[in-house]
Amino acid sequence: MKILIVDDFSTMRRIVKNLLRDLGFTNTHEADDGLTALPMLETGNFDFLVTDWNMPGMTGFDLLKTCRADPKLKDIPILMVTAEAKREQIVAAAQAGVNGYIVKPFTAAVLKEKIDKIFERLEQK
Amino acid sequence: MALNSPGEQTSEFEQILKESTSELIQKVESGNLSDAVNLIQRINDERNRNLYLEVGRLTRALHDAITNFHIDVGVASPATEEMSKMANATDRLNYVIKMTQDAANQTMDKVDESAPVADRLRDQAGALRKDWARLVRREMKPEEFRELYRRIDDFLRETEEQSDSLSGNFNEIILAQGYQDLTGQVLVKVISLVQEIEENLVNLVCMAGQVDKISGITHDDSDREKPEAHAPEGPIINAEERVDVVSGQDEVDDLLSSLGF
Repeated sequence: MKILIVDDFSTMRRIVKNLLRDLGFTNTHEADDGLTALPMLETGNFDFLVTDWNMPGMTGFDLLKTCRADPKLKDIPILMVTAEAKREQIVAAAQAGVNGYIVKPFTAAVLKEKIDKIFERLEQK
Repeated sequence: MALNSPGEQTSEFEQILKESTSELIQKVESGNLSDAVNLIQRINDERNRNLYLEVGRLTRALHDAITNFHIDVGVASPATEEMSKMANATDRLNYVIKMTQDAANQTMDKVDESAPVADRLRDQAGALRKDWARLVRREMKPEEFRELYRRIDDFLRETEEQSDSLSGNFNEIILAQGYQDLTGQVLVKVISLVQEIEENLVNLVCMAGQVDKISGITHDDSDREKPEAHAPEGPIINAEERVDVVSGQDEVDDLLSSLGF
């Protein structure tokens, strides 16, 4: 399972990377905003995207919408891990096709639960 | 920096305006048009005089504010060029980002170093316990026992060493939290600068309001920038006081499941 972690703060990328490693996902790659993430997603054959919302360049929300509009990336599971906590934002992300939404600060258990749920759902399809 | 209260001149002008208005009506009604026109001229002159006064005052206050915030003669480092308070505040906040990032990385480095040590100790202890159980059950041959004897000795020595390295790492993790004191001090300084700027801005806005009043300028708010839909806001500082935000993961989950997620 090849995973791309997108966050503008290197410490947060490291935290997510470490948590994913503990969950058994070792093939992780990093990008610091949507603009650097997109070309990686286009060519990298990623299976899963974990992204922050608030980033310079291109936000995670725009990255989400761009992926869903891209025939190659429209089905990639996307988990948002963000400090953005407005109800309208969560609704907007859901409508844009996000697969999971985690608000920071979060725990390892929450990350595991959401990832399990996303893949459980994908298997049902 | 205290800006002068702009109230007095205006009330003087308002006073003159009020007094002159009834006089003006009187003159017009009694047919004394030439006096009435002269009176209008006087009101106008008075208005201009007050306007110049207020604009002058506003300009001076603006100038004072700019001087005050842009020149922070480097007391701490006289060798460097004069640095504006704003630039200084920006540097200070960047310093906070750097300090917190360094501390987070140091802490994670030490945890990354420690976790495999703990894993190794657990694995070794687990393996030894299995063999120890065989010994207790008297299932062990003498040569196996000699081997176990040596491994226990190694394990105890290694445990001692590794515990030292673990407690060293724990101490470094504690020390890495020292950023909190330093960034706290820096943030307190920036907070007081922001408060000072806010006070000064409020004063400037009051003064500009007097100019608007005398000159009869009204402002159209319709071209004010509307916040972009779903624009990121960052962490919510006052979640308890707001109804438009969720207060945790449980509420996110509830909201999403209400949407059929």
